[in-house]
Amino acid sequence: MTVRTSEPLMPAPVAARRWQRRHVLSTEDWSRDEIELVLENTIAMAEVLSRPVRRAPPLRGRTVVLFFAEASTRTRVSFELAAKALSADVVNISASGSSVEKGETLLDTVRTLEALGGDVIVMRHGASGAPYFVADRTSAAVINAGDGWHSHPTQGLLDAYTLRAALGDLAGKRIVIVGDVLHSRVARSDIHTLVPLGASITLSGPATLIPSAWRSDLLPAGVTYEPDLDRALDGADAVIALRLQRERAETGLLPSLREYARTWGLSEARVALMRPAAPVMHPGPMNEGIEIEAAVAHGPRSLIEAQVTNGVAVRMALLYLLAGQPS
Amino acid sequence: MAAPTRAELEHRGLLVVPGFVDLHAHLREPGFEDSETIETGARAALRGGFTTICAMPNTEPPIDSAGLIAELIQKAAQAGGARVLPIACITRGRRGTELADLVELARAGAVAFSDDGSPVSDTRLFRNALEYARATGRIVIEHAQDMALSGKGVMHEGAISADLGLAGMPPAAEEAAVARDLSLARLSGARLHLTHLSTRGAVEAVRQAKAGGLTVTADVTPHHLALTDEWVAGSRRFAWEEPDLDVRSSGGAALQPRHPYDTNTKVNPPLRTRDDVEACWAGLRDGTIDCIATDHAPHSSIRKDVEYQDAAFGISAFETALPLLLAGVRVGLAPLETVLRALTDTPRRILGLPDQDDWIAIDRDAEWTVDARSLLSKGKNTPLLGRRLAGRVVLAVIDGKVRYDADASAL
Repeated sequence: MTVRTSEPLMPAPVAARRWQRRHVLSTEDWSRDEIELVLENTIAMAEVLSRPVRRAPPLRGRTVVLFFAEASTRTRVSFELAAKALSADVVNISASGSSVEKGETLLDTVRTLEALGGDVIVMRHGASGAPYFVADRTSAAVINAGDGWHSHPTQGLLDAYTLRAALGDLAGKRIVIVGDVLHSRVARSDIHTLVPLGASITLSGPATLIPSAWRSDLLPAGVTYEPDLDRALDGADAVIALRLQRERAETGLLPSLREYARTWGLSEARVALMRPAAPVMHPGPMNEGIEIEAAVAHGPRSLIEAQVTNGVAVRMALLYLLAGQPS
Repeated sequence: MAAPTRAELEHRGLLVVPGFVDLHAHLREPGFEDSETIETGARAALRGGFTTICAMPNTEPPIDSAGLIAELIQKAAQAGGARVLPIACITRGRRGTELADLVELARAGAVAFSDDGSPVSDTRLFRNALEYARATGRIVIEHAQDMALSGKGVMHEGAISADLGLAGMPPAAEEAAVARDLSLARLSGARLHLTHLSTRGAVEAVRQAKAGGLTVTADVTPHHLALTDEWVAGSRRFAWEEPDLDVRSSGGAALQPRHPYDTNTKVNPPLRTRDDVEACWAGLRDGTIDCIATDHAPHSSIRKDVEYQDAAFGISAFETALPLLLAGVRVGLAPLETVLRALTDTPRRILGLPDQDDWIAIDRDAEWTVDARSLLSKGKNTPLLGRRLAGRVVLAVIDGKVRYDADASAL
């Protein structure tokens, strides 16, 4: 790659060999090679973040638009830090600050974003598939920062990166995902990222919160369903607990949060069923005392803070691949 | 204009058959004229080979009074396309709480009753509707759906909905309603017609009811005979074409998959699985399913160019119905005669229509590409856009007069 000598050097990011994508919408149709490429670049980005001055130049002069039509602080801030660490200009369009809440259609918003001329649109939206709608109508690169129940590719990639750092090669490793899989874009993206890397997934949770097809013989490759969490955790290599929306009990999907916590919550006794030191993860924000006990969330197995830190590096890697390479 | 004789047309290799009768279509007028009007709908229908179409009453206002029926009949007479016959609401305002004046509506010209799209959920009221409607001699057309069970679903509930993170409508939502409706038909002795069956279980339930001697009729749409829920995920292969397990990375030129979430695939009942499609063809072959209806449901782009979950349900279907069905015939899913009977004599008999001098000439091999600009319907909402199809109507005759001539119209 071309080196701009007056700036701190990029720590030799893995070049764009193999990288052909214009957008990051879901990792479902990615090859293992593409996932590996992002993870390799993430290592380089983590190195940038470990420096005293956490900044590199590849996105200088580029504009990253953060379009968050659904409330999110953590993911938005993570993308903002990632974009700024690569010297991009960052524009925020949040639900409350834009017209989304005033009945402006997504089509109107896309036209506006297109007229503003950002290079990358990072978007969070409550409707599954919304990033495809935008990608089909914009010349910018689109990164999906979470769409409905469908996909959250940067979460899947940061979970893969975090698990690799803790467990090494994921081939033959068994990861438990417990909770509200039906409504979880995190679960889908974890499946679509960890399975290609060789891991197998055991889903656990009440049947009402697991897609019906995934309780039948129509499970995706590499995935099984075990309703009994103790059995699911027995001998597992890691567990990812999903956030439980409190309204699930009100809409008839669960009898009570108390019963949920007792049956599918991560307790110290439960996590001890896994292999020694097997890590515990959670995409945040947590409902401590419901899907995870505080002692587990903040205990020695917890990688939850590492997930947050790694999230910035993964997002830098994707921004770099999409918009940071000399053309 | 005088029509060429049938013999002349047949000599040119064309297929000359009676005009198609569609007992389920949406013309959107009054109230939603940006999506379709009686005139554009009737012309699009004729181009598709339908010389008679029945207009569903879910307009604004809904067709629930004799005055509205008369108005519709008058407009239709001037439309210059297919014959348009009005269907009236079962309940006032389609609200599902009190019966509409069914006898008056029938006298005014309603050919059937239906609360299509908002099936009467009050089982007692629906029983009353079926019993009361007997006196009119008109059929009750039922869109069988348990609305509580289908909930906020936007597509078939299965592996694809799980994958796409879209709320699903389980087949049981249709099958539970069909079971209820068949029980009520037995109880009331009414002329029940179940429209747009889409699941294997629903077809099987109707088959058993008929075997038990119940007088009930049913239809299926061309899209439920050809497309599957894989289309929501971006596949563009017909149900009988090779399974594409790797939907998004298989990049054949002719069958190029699209991005998922094309709202033109959003329809109610939803596109189902290959197994359901197979069952619908089997039902058509053995007479469990009596006829084919389009459920032509045009929508303006305002209601389709939005997020999948917010898009309106419906496929614009008049102009693609015939080639879709011919494609199925070509691969042997049903004999041509079976499909033609399900489009002509059978729906005519179900509706009790007299024989008319309506006929069409079809070029079975003429290939054309579905293009939004060339569709006569205002509704461009079909997932077949860009698809090459074979089969087209070249001439349509109503009452012995040529009303559509493909060569004469600007295509």
